[in-house]
Amino acid sequence: MAPKTTHPTVLLSGTGLRKSYGPVEVLHGVDFEVRAGEVHALLGENGAGKSTLVKILSGLVQPSEGMVALDDKSVAFATVADAENAGIVLIHQEFNLAELRTVEENIFLGRERRKGLFLDKAAMRIEARMLLDQLNCAAPVTAQVASLPVADKQMVEIAKAMSRKARVLFLDEPTAVLTKAETASLFALVARLKAEGVGIVFISHKLDEVEAIADRITVLRDGNHVTTVSAEGISPDDMARMMVGRELSDFYPNISAPSAETLLEVKEVSAPGVRRASFDLRRGEVLGFAGLQGAGRTALMEAIIGLHAIESGTLRLNGDACTFDSVAKSKASRIAYLTKDRKGKGLLLGNDLVWNFSLFALDKFATPFLDRKAERAAYDAATQAVDLRAGSPKMTAGSLSGGNQQKLLLAKILEANPQVIIIDEPTRGIDVGAKAQIYGFIADLAAEGRGVIVLSSELPEIIGLSHRVVVMHNGMVTGSLSGEDINEETIMRYASGLVSERAA
Amino acid sequence: MTDTTARQTKPGLLAGLDWKLLGPLTALVVLLIIGSLLNENFLSSGNLLNILTRSAFIGIIAIGATFVISSGGIDLSVGSMAAFTAGVMIMLMNWMLGMTDMIWLIVAVGIMAGALIGSAAGWLNGILITRGGIEAFIVTLGTMGIYRSLVTYLADGGTLSLDREVRALYRPVYYGDIFGLPIPVLFFALAAILGWIVLNNTAFGRHVQSVGANEDVARYSAINTDRIKVYAFMIQGACVALATIVYVPRLGSASATTGVLWELEAIAAVIIGGTLLKGGYGRIGGTIAGALILTLIGNILNLTDLISNYLNGAVQGVIIIAAVFLQRGLRRKS
Repeated sequence: MAPKTTHPTVLLSGTGLRKSYGPVEVLHGVDFEVRAGEVHALLGENGAGKSTLVKILSGLVQPSEGMVALDDKSVAFATVADAENAGIVLIHQEFNLAELRTVEENIFLGRERRKGLFLDKAAMRIEARMLLDQLNCAAPVTAQVASLPVADKQMVEIAKAMSRKARVLFLDEPTAVLTKAETASLFALVARLKAEGVGIVFISHKLDEVEAIADRITVLRDGNHVTTVSAEGISPDDMARMMVGRELSDFYPNISAPSAETLLEVKEVSAPGVRRASFDLRRGEVLGFAGLQGAGRTALMEAIIGLHAIESGTLRLNGDACTFDSVAKSKASRIAYLTKDRKGKGLLLGNDLVWNFSLFALDKFATPFLDRKAERAAYDAATQAVDLRAGSPKMTAGSLSGGNQQKLLLAKILEANPQVIIIDEPTRGIDVGAKAQIYGFIADLAAEGRGVIVLSSELPEIIGLSHRVVVMHNGMVTGSLSGEDINEETIMRYASGLVSERAA
Repeated sequence: MTDTTARQTKPGLLAGLDWKLLGPLTALVVLLIIGSLLNENFLSSGNLLNILTRSAFIGIIAIGATFVISSGGIDLSVGSMAAFTAGVMIMLMNWMLGMTDMIWLIVAVGIMAGALIGSAAGWLNGILITRGGIEAFIVTLGTMGIYRSLVTYLADGGTLSLDREVRALYRPVYYGDIFGLPIPVLFFALAAILGWIVLNNTAFGRHVQSVGANEDVARYSAINTDRIKVYAFMIQGACVALATIVYVPRLGSASATTGVLWELEAIAAVIIGGTLLKGGYGRIGGTIAGALILTLIGNILNLTDLISNYLNGAVQGVIIIAAVFLQRGLRRKS
């Protein structure tokens, strides 16, 4: 089973793969192979055809044309279970876990260990513990999955794949919800699997991670195979260029200087998960919010817009004291928040694009009966403004790529014409091309005199965009940085609670 | 080449049709054809009006249920609520007889009381669900038992009968007609049109379905989700009240067995009509078709000897399961 060093064994390959959905062909004859003991990164913007290719290779969908071969033998998996039995395991970007069951039950779901008629729970618990320990994940095996933080859920998902003795493992954006340390444990595991001869396909928008672990890189663009190269000597900038097919100059836009006028003033606000947080936002300013996961940034913003009750402290909008006990009220004062949980809290995935677009500002189109013509006209204008590319406005929001979903969410919020726009993780799970566009929109919004608050766990993004940066730690604002102080090192010192501007 | 053009036109053609609405309409037409083949009197205007009139109660209640179900809720209490409302209306009207000679006033007060009780009962369901944070299934299971037992208590285990004199004046509300159309059918049509406009053409209707699709998304989209849910249950209550107001003059009585299993028939009509039980998607037109289908089955069984009338429930059951099965299949294909 050990990989030959001279002639690398090809485990899984696709040749001339095409896929059409209805009249639209999304994959135009792509070749791809996974060798034993390699990490093969699959890169491409959203909509480039990555997920379609992965679905074909992992047996989730059948290609319209072309051949999938495992160990040089042509295969067509009827079900995902067939593919998994053949050792091909896909870890989805979205978790595929039974939330109400325990960690152990999830790991062995569908292939429970038995002792005669009964389940061998003791054996499963021990094995589950072992798998999680390898991932440095401390989640108890008897815990309900719903009660776990996202990072642990991701680890459970990976443990589940490992228990299936994968020969080819597809990792689709596995690190999107992981911290640096968790990512490191995952990569250590990837290295071990690699040494055991497992072929790993790694899909990520985090190009520095690709640089760190990939052996080979395949780039897709618009459903076409662009290139497959050895990862050696390829920098993240090179990768971005290959994906986009053009130079990415001015990745971060120039943002005009804010006015001195204070738009929103938050003073000593306490709320669930937030302790006496203060900051102010000026007109035309992009204010970055940095901090570790659970630092209270999202909790603070959700309290401001009225999703959670504010326990104490004051808000002033244009100098006037205000409080919001519902999102409808903050919307009326023209404050709007874009959630980072696009799929769970931002968009109705089963509803069409127009329905989603108008939901936030629906009163505009109800006089009192819905004016569908006006709604559609506004949709057309707004989606053009944000460059939303969709086949038809009747498509469901769930069928859009991440970048287009974010643009739809942005269009939906902007329809209410907010003066304060709070964007939580503006580019999570979004490809480079759409990223640059979103940055451009943020700059435009600020230039129009609105105030933009950007919450992000990507420090380069915070640094590249913000006029000033507020750092939070453990529910408190530990620093407000400007000018030269806006750099990774300083931000991290405040974010980790090593230093704080406020007296304890 | 012909192959590719066929491939291109087919999905476009299919996508243009609303299968969830076409399905129940097709079933309705098929039942009408079967009925007319089995009995020559089936398509007589007398029988068709009879079917419409008999569909009115369940149909009106099912219009309310369409709102509740598409908002992600369920109301099991509607049958008991109707019985309780009818009981209180009858007691109130009988009691008023000793106070006034103006029978029309008695009937008017009775009707208004009915409307009030129904809406209040719906409001109470909604408040218990939203403020109490209890699932709709459990709350309405509870109120179902409460109203049923209250009407049994009020009737002392027997039957509450409306005074003859009052009933004589109230009678046309069920038995009367305007230009040949029975009054229950007119109410049914009115409720259907209003319901259709509210669900499809107002912000409220969109909000109802959005709350049912994903409550979190609705809340983050500045929708007061609790208020929407309470309103949906109030609409359900008002629909129950309207159905009861039409029902009381029919028999002029209420007892422990009034409205038994109405909740299931209403829910069945909604589901046959293509509304998703898990919420997020409601179709008033489908619901009307669903209510008519349920009545048609009973009617056809009455008019023929092919299948025993005692098997009415079984046939309805088969139709419900088949309808949902077909909708699933169509959705998966498209």
